[in-house]
Amino acid sequence: MKKFNQHTGIAAPLDRANVDTDMIIPKQFLKSIKRSGFGKNLFDELRYLDEGQPDQDCSGRPLNPDFVLNQPRYQGTSVLLARENFGCGSSREHAPWALDDFGIRSVIAPSFAEIFYNNCFKNGLLPIVLDEAQVDQLFEEVAASEGYQLTIDLERQLVVTPTDTEMAFDIDGFRKHCLLNGLDDIGLTLQHADDIKAYEQRRRAEAPWLFDAIHE
Amino acid sequence: MAGKTLYDKLFDAHLVRMNEDGSALLYIDRQVLHEVTSPQAFEGLRLAGRQPWRIDANIATPDHNVPTTERSGGVDEIKDPVSKIQVKTLDSNCDDFGILEFKMNDHRQGIVHVMAPEQGAILPGVTAVCGDSHTATLGALGALAHGIGTSEVEHVLATQCLITKKMKNMLVRVDGQLGAGVTPKDVILHVIGVIGTAGGTGYAIEFGGEVFRNMSMEGRMTVCNMAIEAGARVGLVAVDQTTIDYVNGRPFAPKGAQWDAAVAAWQDLVSDDDAEFDSVIEIRAEEIEPQVTWGTSPEMVVGVSETVPNPANEDDQVKVDGINRALKYMGLQADQKITDIKLDRVFIGSCTNSRIEDLREAAAVVKGKKVADNIIQALVVPGSGLVKAQAEQEGLDKIFVEAGLEWREPGCSMCLAMNPDKLGPGEHCASTSNRNFEGRQGFGGRTHLVSPAMAAAAAIAGHFVDVREFVKH
Repeated sequence: MKKFNQHTGIAAPLDRANVDTDMIIPKQFLKSIKRSGFGKNLFDELRYLDEGQPDQDCSGRPLNPDFVLNQPRYQGTSVLLARENFGCGSSREHAPWALDDFGIRSVIAPSFAEIFYNNCFKNGLLPIVLDEAQVDQLFEEVAASEGYQLTIDLERQLVVTPTDTEMAFDIDGFRKHCLLNGLDDIGLTLQHADDIKAYEQRRRAEAPWLFDAIHE
Repeated sequence: MAGKTLYDKLFDAHLVRMNEDGSALLYIDRQVLHEVTSPQAFEGLRLAGRQPWRIDANIATPDHNVPTTERSGGVDEIKDPVSKIQVKTLDSNCDDFGILEFKMNDHRQGIVHVMAPEQGAILPGVTAVCGDSHTATLGALGALAHGIGTSEVEHVLATQCLITKKMKNMLVRVDGQLGAGVTPKDVILHVIGVIGTAGGTGYAIEFGGEVFRNMSMEGRMTVCNMAIEAGARVGLVAVDQTTIDYVNGRPFAPKGAQWDAAVAAWQDLVSDDDAEFDSVIEIRAEEIEPQVTWGTSPEMVVGVSETVPNPANEDDQVKVDGINRALKYMGLQADQKITDIKLDRVFIGSCTNSRIEDLREAAAVVKGKKVADNIIQALVVPGSGLVKAQAEQEGLDKIFVEAGLEWREPGCSMCLAMNPDKLGPGEHCASTSNRNFEGRQGFGGRTHLVSPAMAAAAAIAGHFVDVREFVKH
């Protein structure tokens, strides 16, 4: 997995609540059996004026000039500012894959839907929860100054604004450790294989009907 | 010390280890796989040279991409080449790893969340996962079921465990008697309207009280299915005789002495009387009328006798913007009567409402009537091959076809329009599915979530009607 340590990049404001994963990456692109190549269809229905198709060359498609990521000042965005309940709906991991493939390294919002939040950490993407007043402040600042950049320091758990205001965020220790070191959590879990086997042995004695159940 | 909730019991019984930072390794008894969220997980296993930890814990079926029109030609005749590859990839992955799969034309194929309980693959007290947010459905059996992402699908395949954190406990209690024509779908839509689309975030929701005790398993599955639309990954209903009767005799359910031992163990799958919930929501059944969503989030819901909300009555600017955006997308006016919304298509199906009871409920409404002229298409898509066969045995298919609805093969269909069943831009659909997000049922499509009875009544009338009045006349 891609490591995340410190990142500085252009921030863009996506000013709507309850952005769902259907919006982040519409269903027709979920037919891919790969993990990559979703960036050109990130926010497809907001970003383009026509209906997108899988495997289509998007370079000639009509862009929606009102959509924030199409505006010249937000080209190269890598930090997305969002509103409450970002990533709700479908569990599709294609949503963080699309954000990552587009170049987003971090999403900052007052709250996230849980499955999306989880999925981000599996892909080196950092979702940051700040309180509503802080998010409001970032929305105001980014609107006021073109080229506005944020620095995210995962080690110190800080979002740093261009005027050096520091906003602290929480993250659970295991996730932080995995992101900082780019660790594959399957490998980490398999270090506890003996615990898993011991659990199975105990459980098989208590509830044997749970084992060897599904086969023709 | 306070007693335990059902969620606490399920969590504790599956805890392999607790890490110092509060993250837990939870043992997973069952994983259900479908074609959309599994290919990258199998690819990951192969790249790392890993084998599944336990083959017999998995069961698979294709559902999202499968055509629902005549498909006896098999997978090779799926017209969309990208869909075809995805379905074939599931087939080859299951064949390669030895995982039991009900392939597209197996009579047991169906929507994962309909198929798995129907087969007895999900039992009370198990932990279950699926790369699909509507896995919450399975909590209706008193199972701890999580929707997960593809990396987690791979993790569970490789380790039989999920890394998770203990959730908080919420009790949604609905007491009283539901009125005639008010269904489990209306109950859960009303609950979402009360607590909001993020109201359950961080919680496992247990649905308790008289209404859920008296509800069938099919109804409980409809309710738990949409826990995720209230933000909760997990929905639960305590185990009782209804649960045990449902599971009894299903193909993968325990038999003989094992059955007796299992039933004895399942008696404990209820929240203790002195269990403490972090949040309790109480609703009276009599307050709930048939529900219709007017907007682009499941929380944008009102009773059928009400009107579309007016943003002028809202203070919060983010909410005002949300209402205005939804009104524009949906092509509706503030204060418009719900019963004045005209429809173009009707969809009866999805993991929320495609079980036998749902089809009976819809058939009872359309029997002997005709679909309105302005309805371009009204689809009925059973949740599985077994549901389809049962419905046909009861003659429901004939009732639908005579009324002018289309009777289809099982699959997810127009719930998310990954197959050819979809809305055109601007079309309004009365849908028994679970999400009314922008573009969900097709680019520019406008979804209104309702119960099967309300969708059926709307198909006949051509616009929303109060099914309670409709049935009387």
